[in-house]
This record gives sequence, C-alpha cells and structure tokens, in this order.
Amino acid sequence: MFAFIVRRIAQAVLVMLVISVIGFAIKSAVGDPVRDLVGIAVSVEERMALREELGLNDPLPVQWVRFVTNAVQGDLGHSYFFKKPALEVILKKAPATIELVLCSSLIIVLFSIPIGIFAAVKPNNFFSRLFMSLSIVGVSIPVFLTAIILIYIFAVELHWLPSYGRGDTVRIWGFWDTGLLTWDGLKHLVLPSISLSSIMLPLFIRLIRAEMKEVLETDYIKFAKAKGLKLSRIYLLHAFKNTLLPVITVGGVQLGTMIAFTVLTETVFQWQGMGFIFLEAVERSDTSLLVAYLVVVGFIFVLVNTVVDVIYGLVNPTVRITGRK
Amino acid sequence: MKMKWWKLLVLMLAFAMLFALGCADEGEEAEEAEEATETTEEAAEVEEAAPEQTVLRLAMDADPVSLDPHVQLSGGMLQYSHMVFDSLVRWTQDGQIEPRLATSWEQIDDTTLRFHLRDDVTFHSGNHFTAEDVAWTVARLKTSQDYKFLFDPFVEAKVVDEYTVDLISAEPYGLALSMATYIFPMDAAFYTGTDENGQPKDAIVKEGPSFANAHESGTGPYMVTEREQGVRNVFTRFEGYWDTESPGNIDVIEFTPIKEDATRVAAMLAGDVDMIMPVPPQDLGRVEQAEGVQLVTMSGTRIITLHMNQERREEFQDLRVRQAVVHAINNPGIVETIMKGFATAAGQQSPEGYLGYNPDLVPRYDLEMAMSLMEEAGYADGFTVTMICPNNRYVNDEKICETAVSMLAKINITVELTTMPKAQYWDEFDARVADMQMIGWHSDTEDSANFFEYLLMCPNTDTGAGQYNSNEYCNPELDALIAASATEIDPAKRAEMLQQAEAMAYEDAAFVPLHWQNLSWAGNDNLTIGDIVNVMNFPYFGDLAVQ
Repeated sequence: MFAFIVRRIAQAVLVMLVISVIGFAIKSAVGDPVRDLVGIAVSVEERMALREELGLNDPLPVQWVRFVTNAVQGDLGHSYFFKKPALEVILKKAPATIELVLCSSLIIVLFSIPIGIFAAVKPNNFFSRLFMSLSIVGVSIPVFLTAIILIYIFAVELHWLPSYGRGDTVRIWGFWDTGLLTWDGLKHLVLPSISLSSIMLPLFIRLIRAEMKEVLETDYIKFAKAKGLKLSRIYLLHAFKNTLLPVITVGGVQLGTMIAFTVLTETVFQWQGMGFIFLEAVERSDTSLLVAYLVVVGFIFVLVNTVVDVIYGLVNPTVRITGRK
Repeated sequence: MKMKWWKLLVLMLAFAMLFALGCADEGEEAEEAEEATETTEEAAEVEEAAPEQTVLRLAMDADPVSLDPHVQLSGGMLQYSHMVFDSLVRWTQDGQIEPRLATSWEQIDDTTLRFHLRDDVTFHSGNHFTAEDVAWTVARLKTSQDYKFLFDPFVEAKVVDEYTVDLISAEPYGLALSMATYIFPMDAAFYTGTDENGQPKDAIVKEGPSFANAHESGTGPYMVTEREQGVRNVFTRFEGYWDTESPGNIDVIEFTPIKEDATRVAAMLAGDVDMIMPVPPQDLGRVEQAEGVQLVTMSGTRIITLHMNQERREEFQDLRVRQAVVHAINNPGIVETIMKGFATAAGQQSPEGYLGYNPDLVPRYDLEMAMSLMEEAGYADGFTVTMICPNNRYVNDEKICETAVSMLAKINITVELTTMPKAQYWDEFDARVADMQMIGWHSDTEDSANFFEYLLMCPNTDTGAGQYNSNEYCNPELDALIAASATEIDPAKRAEMLQQAEAMAYEDAAFVPLHWQNLSWAGNDNLTIGDIVNVMNFPYFGDLAVQ
C-alpha cells in the first residue's frame, strides 16, 4: 500500500507539472489579463507598465519557472480579478461544488442502481420500457435547458423553490461553508442537483442495465439458477457485484469531471463553485487563476482515480493482486 | 426471512426515494412546512425585527471588483462609488449638475474653480469631512492608473480653508465641473498609514490584496457591512448620513451578482430579488407583462460603431465608398429587429443631451443611393473585406455584425467576418487586423469631445490621440476644432464647435454609426426606480424608496 501511495503521489506531481506547462502554453491565447484590469480609455503606456509589474513581459519559460518555484512553497499565484491568492479563491469555492456533486451523485446512485437492475431483469416490463425511453430523453436534453426549464417551472411559476444561489450557509470547521445544514440551503440545492444529475442518471441506468444483462447471460448465473438459489440472491449478490466493475470505473472518471467542470449548471444557477470561477477566469482572462485552477483540477483527478482504484481492488480481488506485483 | 426478489427491489426503490427526499426533494417538505407556518412566521418576523428593516434584494450582472473606487474606471465601480461615497457634484436625470458635498461653486479665474463644501458631513469611520479630504482624493486620483488621464489637466486641488477648495487646472478647462462628478472624497485619515502587511493604506493595487481593496470609509448613504466578492455584498444605511432630505428609505441592500441573463430575469419573476439590472432585450416583453414588476428603460449614451480602415483599404479612402457603406447599413432596421427596439439608431456619436449632439445628423439608410455611389466610385462589382467583432461585449454584438455583413452584400461588398470573446478582441483591435472593426464607446467625461479624442482624431502614439481610431481617419481641421474645444469654457461656444465636428465626421462618413444601446432596470412596482436612474447608468440607490 505504501509503495502504491508513493507511486500515486509521484504521478500527481507529474500530472500537475504537465498541466502547468499546458496552462502556460495556452495562457496567451486566452487573452490579456491587463485588459480586464483597466478601463478601456487607459493609455498604452499605463498598460505596458502594468504588464511589466505583473511580470507578463518575461518570456513564458521564465514565468513558468517562477510559478513552479512558488508553487513548491504552496503559492499558486494571485488571482488578478479576485485580488487574492489563487489557491485561497479555489478552496473557498470548493465546498459549493463538492456539496452539489455529492447530492447529484447520491441521486444518481440511488436511482440508477434499482432502476438499472430492474430494467435488466424485466426488460419487457412496462416500467422498464418507460424508464428506457425517458432516459433517452434525459440524455438528449442539454443541462442548460433542463436547468432553465426547472427554474421556470419550480421557481417562476410554482414559487416552490428558489431560482439561484446557495441560500443561507453555515461555516463549519472554520473554513467550510455548507448549505446542507440549513433549510434554506437545502432548498437551494434541489434544482441544481437535479439538473446536474439529469445527464449522468440516464447514462448510469443504461450502463448498469447493459452490464447486468451481459452478466445474466454468463454460465455461473445459469449454474446458480440451476442450483436453485434464490433469485434475489443471484441478482443482487452474484450478478450485481460483477456489474459494478465498469460502473465504478466510469463513475470515478465522471465524478472527477463533475467536480472540475460543473460549469453549465453552476452558471445557470449562479452557484458560486469551482466551475463558476473557471468560467469567470476564462472570460476575464484571469490567467493566473486559470493555471492554478487547472493544476488543482489535475490533482483532484489523480486523487479521485486513486480512490477509485482502491475501491476497485476491494470489489475485484484480481486487480489487487496484480497491483501488488 | 423469505422475500421474493421483486419485493426487495420495491424496498430498495422505496429506500432510494427516501434518501432522495432527504437530499433532493427536501424542498417539497419544506414547502409544505412553510405553507403551514407561513402566517405565524410572518407575524413572528414583524415582532422580532422591532424597528422593521426595509431590505432591497438587488441583482446586477456583476459586482464591484474592489472597494477602492480608484482601482478601476468602469460603470460598475462608479455605481458602487455612488452608493458608498458621495461626489462633490453629480448629474441629474436631465443632464444638469447638482450640488452634493459641494454646496456651490464659482469660476474665480480661467483656471480655478472654487468649491464651497458642506460642513456637516461625517465619514463612515466617524471622521469629519473637510477640504483636506478633497485635496487628498484629487492627489490620489492623479496617481490612479485608470483616472490619471482624466485628471491630467488639473494641477491640484488646493485647500483654501476648512470648507473651501480650489480645483486648479494648468490651462482653461471646459470640463472642470464635469470632472468634479468623479471626485468622491475619501477619508484621508482613514486611508493614511500602513496596514498589517506594512503596505501603505492608500496604495492602489489592481491585482492583489490591499487595505483599500477591502475597507472603505466614504461619506455615502451606504456602508459595506459584508462582502464576499462575486457572491454577496451587503450595504447598510449609514446612520450619520448627511443628506437627511433624501427620499431613500431602504435600510439594507443585499446585492448579489447574477451573471446569466436568463437566471437574473427568472429570479426577478420568481420574486427572489426585488430589482435587477440590466434586463436583456429578449426578455423585455416578459418583464413588462409580469404582475407587480415595473420595467424602466432609457436611451443610453454608448455609441456602437463600425470602423472602416482607410490605411488597410484604398477603397475606403474614397469618400463615395464610405458613404455607400454608411447608406447601405440599415441601422434603424437593426434596432428594430435585433435590438427589439431597445436602442436608438444613430447618425453621429453624441447622444441627445450631449453638447455635441447635432439634430440634423440623422441615420441615412438608402440602398439605392448606396448602389449608385458604389457605381460612381467604380466599384459596382464590389470587393472583399475582412471584419472582426466581439461576441460578448455589447448587447447582441455578434448578431449585429452578421446582419451588417448581409446588408453590405447587397452593394457587392463581401465581408469575411470573424467574431471572438472580448478577452481576445481588444488585442486584435489594437493590431488593426481587419478592414472593418466594431467598437462601442461611452464617453468617460459625459462629453462629446471624448468620442473624437479616442475614435476620430488622427492617431498619434505620442499624445495618445485617436487610440481606438481604427478608421485611420485623419482630418487636421477636425483635430484643431476638438483641441480648441478643450480650452473653451463657454458652453455655448463649445457646443457649436462640437456640433460642427460631428457634422464634419458625418459628411466625411468617417465611420459607420449604428446605435446607442438603451439602458434597462426592472423591479417591484413599489420602488421609485424611475426617480433614481440616469443615462450614465449610475442609479442613485441612496435615494431609492419603497412606497
């Protein structure tokens, strides 16, 4: 396990380094941060002076080395727009995104597993067909549209739920602003979580159904049936466990993606999370925040994948054995 | 226990539902609970908040980038300045200048404008406001990267006595009083010294933390009591506010930025906020029809134009071709179809109300005339030009350009259009990469000369004139006229000069005028929005009342 973790840390460092190089390479294409810092009428000389002050006139490799040197000491640079350390800005927004993703994942897990299994076991049942057709619809509507429709139905027309933002938040552990502990915060979570899960949920239902159907065709299931085992035991214990492997793999990747790029959902709901500031950084060409963000996201991806690998090992012992070699 | 598999499934589903309820559908329960307790809650609220507070929930597209008014010259920062600070004088709705911290003013000689100040004003910090604060603020403005060009004509603000200050310019300056609308006195004592990082408190820092970026002490109607940039800003009415005659009666303004147009409108319609700005053109109708919501619109002062680069294209050096282009663009049509009537078609740069506004210069769409002009110039078969436009800077910018392209096709000018986000646009614009380029301009001085100085004077990198003149239009006569207008203190004479300059640009078809974008605000019916807004789009929230 120790060797495994060391290897993963080395991997994370490498990933972050590579991402920072890419980040610096695309930096200039995003735009000129100075433009967003000054009014349009400000003279060219003033802008040049500011560029010089920000170190933007140095060659990119020099800027990159400076960035890495500072990053080693935990300083990922200053966000030009927020006028604060970039890492602080990102970490401050992380709870919003993590809570949103958590809620969505919960919705996805709790609905996709029973529905997926049911649809595989009873493919001709009316409900199976209904769910399958609905899932097609779900996959094909863009998140943006789903979100707007939900807002118009539940906020504008019915006045049941709030239309934007996180509502009241409570600070726990001194740094984590949570919306999970207040009534208002929970109400604000409903629509964004549903929107965010609207694409993934159908995907997972279909994935579980397909995998389950495949497993149900295998010999050991037939053997178990012949042996006279209870159907529930066969489906849930023998079949479902083997269905899980690909689901976990896909789920892990998707979880990382959701944390990093919930841009659309967060924008529509003015949900101040990481996806939101990512877009803000791009639009305002806040390049230092952008690079810091990409590096942090690289870290999150390695982290999530590591956790997935550990879980994978628990579910499928053969992986664990090869991992130890 | 024996249980059939489907029973188990049903059980699991039920569990799933339960969990989901806990996490996702909490709202429904909440809703039920709310309905039950609504009446009692309301009653409780009234009881709890003994002196009941009037709260305005406000949503704009962005919030101030800093608490330091001198960190950036932008509409958003000026809106903020009017909430937390007070200017010496300010514009009224009809373009006049009214006293604020200065009660009166007089021109003592050609270069000196004397202000008499109020003696009953305190800053949020409790410090007393005097002429020293004005002098200090003007000195700071002269060091601000964004404001220094506006305050360059001034030598200094000189303290005469405790409540009298002289604003002294190097040469006679016609805009001295207008510039005083930008002087929002800051609390000199409060901003003097060093903060806990050893940085001077008055440092103007654009890209990092500073004392002034995070603290404020102005004289304005509201104090910043809570702020998380980009998320939530709370402004609380300043109890010691000097203007006791102000109709404003709102105790707390909760200001949330909502960037997405559709969400901002939905929040207004859902009753989650009390006032929004701006209202996107596509939603004007819906907002207007909504019950309990009022829509306020006003013609704005930002002119949207297309430039024709005469240096890149010799065709554009021919007056007839430029005239043809201007005649081919149906800008009233653009206003009607693309802007949904939410703009005013323009024939010049100066909007109505500006000194330079010349009523004779009207939009001149005439396709036949355009065709015959092209023929006359020998370009009946047309030519091909390139065009760049931003796609997220002005209202419907991309669509406007696409329409212009199809309009120019009718006089056989083929346009290769490239659009890009504003983050990348301005570098391209500066590099003059295309034959035609779009630019919108708002005059920072609220005066016509500013349009010419940036957009039409002969480009000169030494003086900075014509910085955004991608027409590469150069007319020494016009330059001389604008230069003369700067030192003219008689408004009538200045107006004549500026109107003549507009006429020259019109006859020369120096650029393609499109329209002035309208401004829009929406809010609950009981708000006096109509009284506090103006063409500069600096709503005076201090005077906003709930009726």
